[in-house]
Amino acid sequence: MDIIRKIWNALPFPDQTKRLLIIFVFFITGWLVVRHHLVPPTFGQRGYYRAAAVDSIAALPISFVGQSQCVECHVDEGAVKTASYHRDVSCEVCHGPGAKHLDDPSANSLLPAKERTLCTVCHSYTASKPTGFPQIEPLTHNPADPCIKCHNPHDPKPPTTPSACGACHGEIARTKSVSHHASLECTFCHQTQELHKISPRAAIPGKPANRDFCGGCHSRSADSPKEIPRVDMDSHGDGHLCWQCHYPHYPEAL
Amino acid sequence: MDRREMEISRREFFQKAALSGTLLFIIGPKVKDSVAQVTESGETITHHYAMGIQVDKCIGCGRCVNGCKIENNVPREPFFYRTWIERYVITVDGDVVVDSPDGGISGFPETKEKDAILRSFFIPKLCNHCANPPCVQVCPVGATFSTEEGVVLVDKDYCIGCRYCIQACPYGARFLNPETKTADKCTFCYHRLAKGLVPACVEVCPTRARIFGEIGVRSSQLTRFMRFNELQVLKPDLNTEPRVFYANLDGAVK
Ligand code: HEC
Ligand code: HEC
Ligand code: HEC
Ligand code: HEC
Ligand code: HEC
Ligand code: HEC
Ligand code: HEC
Ligand code: HEC
Repeated sequence: MDIIRKIWNALPFPDQTKRLLIIFVFFITGWLVVRHHLVPPTFGQRGYYRAAAVDSIAALPISFVGQSQCVECHVDEGAVKTASYHRDVSCEVCHGPGAKHLDDPSANSLLPAKERTLCTVCHSYTASKPTGFPQIEPLTHNPADPCIKCHNPHDPKPPTTPSACGACHGEIARTKSVSHHASLECTFCHQTQELHKISPRAAIPGKPANRDFCGGCHSRSADSPKEIPRVDMDSHGDGHLCWQCHYPHYPEAL
Repeated sequence: MDRREMEISRREFFQKAALSGTLLFIIGPKVKDSVAQVTESGETITHHYAMGIQVDKCIGCGRCVNGCKIENNVPREPFFYRTWIERYVITVDGDVVVDSPDGGISGFPETKEKDAILRSFFIPKLCNHCANPPCVQVCPVGATFSTEEGVVLVDKDYCIGCRYCIQACPYGARFLNPETKTADKCTFCYHRLAKGLVPACVEVCPTRARIFGEIGVRSSQLTRFMRFNELQVLKPDLNTEPRVFYANLDGAVK
């Protein structure tokens, strides 16, 4: 006790400052202890967060192994598929995640259900799908059979060339079918090679090029059924292309 | 104060400038070194991940939503999504109708507004991994953060579940995981990136609507996507600097 008293007296501050100092030391130590317990070990190593969290997230297991893994063992399916319409459709989209299958192929079968919903989730018609994406109406497209009866899932090319443009241009076909132009065949306005229906981008169909094309039916002098409305080709539309104002697949007199 | 005290001679000025310049030169690179991340194998991490979305390729099949839930053990029931798809229908009257039945996980039924559609399309959404993330700013404990690669992560062991970040995210990309009771969201499949794989949603996308890669890597698909498309981001006026880039984004999308 004596020693402490001696040190206390020897300190060159007034008494009240010394007491204040003790309280300070007490609080600072307390704060340090609490902080030590609350702040996790790796906090602040790389930034204002726990560095260990990054590593634990990075170490999580995967479920989808990726197509490149599958084709290492299933060479044939891979070769067939890369040359088909489904080249961008990854194996695991239809077969489900393959991590377990890789560990033990025979114990964890990946054979998918043969249900039509496997395919219709992508191929059923809705007006929102982009132009050119092949779509079918599941209720009318061979409803009795599973899709894979006629289409090989790894190479789904239709057994016969589609007869209707609407197979791929569903939205346009449907729009046109309720328009004033319902009676016009697609091919009347678009010269289409048969190849386009098999390999769309290899043979792009033609499109009407000028006003006279529409004038063939709509000009005052046209030799066409008289119920077709006529316009004065010289003045109507200020010389702009007709389809800058009228959507050709759903023309409206506005 | 005497003015002379403040003045330094020209000679003195140059001496000090040269000295501090030399010091900066010596210290400068050192400081940089200590920020850069080095992996165990000794290579330096320089990834800057980003995603590109080609809106006109999305068919709304929902395989990404499904794949994401499987890969990341996201609860199956609705309302919990790390990525989801919205369908926009713009009617001829100019109304914008947005729907996302069950996040689009089983595709989309035919729209109801059938006869009056002007245009319609799908928009895949996910965490934008902002360079300026509002969610990180509001986290009171440092449980959400940007990694050096620009991925925004959640430390689920440290999160206190206060929901501030869920409120702060302008894209609605976060939710409270009902199992862990912590904030949850897309990680760009950080655990897959760590193993050299692409995110699950990218793996299963059948039309390459999603493109993943690193910004600034010359020959990557992402760089090509960014060079050849006019890019947009969601809510650019908020200055969050998203790292999810959209091509062919319609003006109606919010
Ligand atoms: C390590 C090699 C290997 C890899 C990688 C692999 N498989 Fe297999 N897979 C096999 C073997 C072996 C069988 C045969 C198992 C049996 O008949 O019991 C098989 C069988 C299958 C079957 C048929 C199952 C049945 O019951 O007939 C499917 C479907 C399949 N694999 C899909 C996949 C997919 C998809 C992937 C990628 C995620 C994949 N496999 C990756 C080796 C592999
Ligand atoms: C569009 C969906 C789809 C995709 C994509 C797909 N498969 Fe299949 N696969 C199926 C279906 C459906 C069956 C079942 C066929 C049957 O029962 O006759 C099947 C069957 C198989 C089989 C069993 C053997 C056989 O031919 O019947 C193997 C092996 C297989 N797939 C591997 C693969 C691999 C490898 C890939 C990726 C390169 C792949 N599949 C991509 C739908 C798909
Ligand atoms: C995950 C989405 C997806 C699934 C599931 C899927 N497909 Fe496809 N399918 C595609 C894509 C993408 C194309 C290529 C379209 C293109 O070339 O623009 C395609 C093309 C096709 C085509 C070729 C159409 C044409 O252009 O002539 C047929 C037929 C087809 N699929 C049938 C099937 C069948 C049958 C199944 C079920 C076993 C199936 N698809 C499952 C995405 C899918
Ligand atoms: C009975 C055989 C049969 C069944 C079953 C069948 N299809 Fe087809 N599919 C065809 C034929 C034939 C065509 C081409 C002629 C046409 O357009 O009708 C075709 C065309 C298509 C097309 C249009 C793309 C194109 O190029 O015309 C798609 C997509 C398609 N089928 C997907 C499916 C899906 C998905 C299922 C299951 C829901 C299915 N098919 C079931 C025979 C079948
Ligand atoms: C197998 C599916 C398929 C069928 C069947 C099909 N098309 Fe196409 N069509 C496409 C695709 C895919 C594109 C988009 C090509 C592109 O953008 O490069 C396209 C593009 C077009 C274009 C636009 C060309 C351009 O310059 O932008 C026209 C016009 C067209 N098709 C007309 C038709 C007509 C008419 C028919 C029927 C005789 C038809 N298509 C049948 C798939 C098809
Ligand atoms: C009255 C003539 C006419 C008929 C009939 C017609 N089209 Fe067109 N189509 C056009 C014109 C004109 C364009 C060019 C529009 C433009 O460039 O803005 C066009 C453009 C297109 C395009 C490319 C642009 C787009 O809207 O995606 C496709 C694809 C197409 N038509 C498909 C079809 C199909 C399929 C049918 C049949 C269901 C059809 N067309 C019937 C006149 C016609
Ligand atoms: C083969 C003849 C033919 C050609 C070529 C043709 N049309 Fe028509 N068009 C018609 C017929 C038939 C009607 C419907 C008349 C009726 O309502 O009885 C029509 C109606 C119209 C209408 C009036 C719709 C309304 O609301 O009354 C417009 C606008 C129109 N077409 C624009 C065009 C344009 C633009 C083109 C060129 C891309 C074109 N047409 C090419 C036959 C044609
Ligand atoms: C600048 C825009 C514009 C262009 C370009 C244009 N139209 Fe029109 N069109 C209109 C408007 C507006 C109407 C409705 C008012 C009217 O009758 O003048 C109309 C009406 C029509 C009608 C219906 C007339 C009736 O009596 O019901 C036809 C047919 C038609 N246009 C055909 C064409 C054809 C063919 C072309 C190309 C040679 C063309 N239009 C170019 C704006 C245009």
